[in-house]
Amino acid sequence: MSSEQDHLKETDTEARFEFKKEQRAAFKSEKGLTEETIRVISEDKDEPEWMLERRLRALRQFHEMPMPTDWPGQPDLSEVDVDEIVPYIRPDIETRGGAESWEDLPEEIKDTFDKLGIPEAEKNALSGVGAQYESEIVYQNMQEQWQEKGVVFMDMDRAVREHPEIVEEYFMTKCVPPSDNKFAALHGAVWSGGSFVYVPEGVTVEMPIQAYFRMNSEGMGQFEHTLIIAEENSEVHYIEGCSAPKYSAFNLHSGGVEVFVKEGAHVQYSTVQNWSKNTYNLNTKRAIVEKDGTMEWVSGSMGSKATMLYPCSILKGPGATDNHITIAFAGKGQNIDTGAKVYHNAPDTKSTIESKSISKDGGRTNYRGLVHIADGATNSSTSVECDALMFDNESTSDTMPYMEIEESKVDVAHEATVGKIGDEDVFYLQSRGLDDDDAKQMIVAGFIEPITEELPIEYAVELNRLIELEMEGSLG
Amino acid sequence: MARLEIQNLHAEVNEEGGEQILMGVDLEVESGEIHALMGPNGSGKSTMAKVIAGHPAYTVTEGEVLIHLEDGDFGEDFEIPEDKRTWNLLDLEPNERAALGVFLGFQYPAEIEGVTMVNFLRTALNAKLEEREELFEEDEGEEDEAEESGYATSPMEGPVDEGEVGVAEFQGLLREKMELLDMDEKFATRYLNAGFSGGEKKQNEVLQAAILEPSIAVLDEIDSGLDIDRLQDVSAGINALRDEQGTGVLQITHYQRILDYVEPDHVHIMLDGKVVKSGGPELAEELEDKGYDWVREEVYGTA
Repeated sequence: MSSEQDHLKETDTEARFEFKKEQRAAFKSEKGLTEETIRVISEDKDEPEWMLERRLRALRQFHEMPMPTDWPGQPDLSEVDVDEIVPYIRPDIETRGGAESWEDLPEEIKDTFDKLGIPEAEKNALSGVGAQYESEIVYQNMQEQWQEKGVVFMDMDRAVREHPEIVEEYFMTKCVPPSDNKFAALHGAVWSGGSFVYVPEGVTVEMPIQAYFRMNSEGMGQFEHTLIIAEENSEVHYIEGCSAPKYSAFNLHSGGVEVFVKEGAHVQYSTVQNWSKNTYNLNTKRAIVEKDGTMEWVSGSMGSKATMLYPCSILKGPGATDNHITIAFAGKGQNIDTGAKVYHNAPDTKSTIESKSISKDGGRTNYRGLVHIADGATNSSTSVECDALMFDNESTSDTMPYMEIEESKVDVAHEATVGKIGDEDVFYLQSRGLDDDDAKQMIVAGFIEPITEELPIEYAVELNRLIELEMEGSLG
Repeated sequence: MARLEIQNLHAEVNEEGGEQILMGVDLEVESGEIHALMGPNGSGKSTMAKVIAGHPAYTVTEGEVLIHLEDGDFGEDFEIPEDKRTWNLLDLEPNERAALGVFLGFQYPAEIEGVTMVNFLRTALNAKLEEREELFEEDEGEEDEAEESGYATSPMEGPVDEGEVGVAEFQGLLREKMELLDMDEKFATRYLNAGFSGGEKKQNEVLQAAILEPSIAVLDEIDSGLDIDRLQDVSAGINALRDEQGTGVLQITHYQRILDYVEPDHVHIMLDGKVVKSGGPELAEELEDKGYDWVREEVYGTA
């Protein structure tokens, strides 16, 4: 089509991202975003009236709100045209709400996940995996012992039907209302699929709960919703992987994540995302943390043409803790704008933010952060550390840390470093036998080590592999 | 027996109007020998070490750095074809030079955060073995095939490829070499040189030489910043390189001190980018007593 499209073809580095399946959809919504489209989606999902009403209200808010345009250094969103998006595609699977076992899945879907290496984790029986193909969870495996303890892990659409009282209370009401921003409103109108996790009081889920999302069709939007409720003194680690192959039209991913960390609970939300180079990745993720609760965000953002993502924790109860670890990688033509937001709204709250970014071939990474310490949040502390690593002089990295401190009895630290991959470091490793590419990869792997050490081994390997792929082709 | 032969080496700093630092160095080091290279600051010793290893900051304007190899240099089973016994290092990448058995011990080693010693050393060892196979492969032009095979050097501990040293085997090797150097086991899991004291960094350089088993090791001021205990440990490590692995050592130093523990077979003096005088161990002692002025007089005074 345009030279832009040609450019996209050049930038994808690996055959597996070229890989896509002929579409076999059972239901596909019309392009564009009207009340009628929303009604059709809701009807197809057999949703209760209240959910339809929430969708329609969100749609109205979406149409009323302006696009964000005036943030300093923000990604260009002028290409995002919602009328060109197919908001909902349901894959052709007989069992609605997920196949019971891997073998029951259609070959093409198994094959897709196979190419991505996802079933490895499942084959090793490491934990439960919910995999979302297009807009619905197609496969789910839940360990029996979780069920016995009352843990619920299912796709969000099914949760609306099976746990309506919980979903009605929490879904985009207290944490991420559609009025939060234009893309949260869009998400509220067209959301589909995603994960619902409920951990009862005092229950520890020992193994990470995993979900994998993949956007496989051209010109579609993906709007999965993740709702995690951790009751008092419970503990859970939820991991999400995302990817999308490459198509000529642009894709839009606008997910929503809501996490409720009740008193004394501990939730870790980890994600490794790798989107095709024409995806706009615009998400809203937020946690509300009660007294003595702990929220941990671990995220790796790879791929996409533009990403805007600032996971947020609201530290609502005294003694609440938040830790953020984020990593971003931007190559040619990419603008990865990520960061973190923390609101200290109670005394004795703590937060740490560790942000790392890598840019090369003219890529741009931004750290955009906000730490707000409210009047009365005494003895709270925050520490922000941003490190940027650049491959060349064409790449850009900006740090925009906003601090709003309304209380004087607090401890605030901020540190930022920007560096280029050092020639001396590369030479040192080369003199020990590593070639130029491997030396640089080793330095980058070391740079992102704080992230990889937080992830289960398959995700850590996947993250390292993705970064190796991103780095290939531009070096040497 | 490998032999490093430096002939008429001229090099300058790699920038516009870059200063010429090496003005025609001639030097030979054979495996199993210990050579000391001494000279005042700024005489070009460190530059020469970096040029041998292929540092990108310097351009060679004249001369050659050759390595001559023999069967047995890379283990008993490794036969070196007749036509691949001599290489000009200046034509090769730094990692290829390492694969041919040349090691540079740095005066100021890089600190790499997030990369553990054990992971780095195993990766380096396997990379060297793989590169060596490629350099000596009969058919050229088949490099593409290796490229496609994937993630052989993934920084995470992946499955072992054929011919690679596995994790368990490597840990045994590492433990053995660390004992030799009297290094704490904890080093294995620390990040490469990050937060190491000066002495620990120097020990680490010798450890790397012990693991990578070079034919020729150029050690750039390995004795600087060492207290007496560390100096003895490092010296014992260097002697072991020679005695147990048959490594040839070119030891760059300012001081006689280390030569009390690592006795050189040959001592060379460098002045103004050239080796101006060579002799036995007594030459180092003479320098200790009289400084460099008499050498300067001898070289320039009679000219």
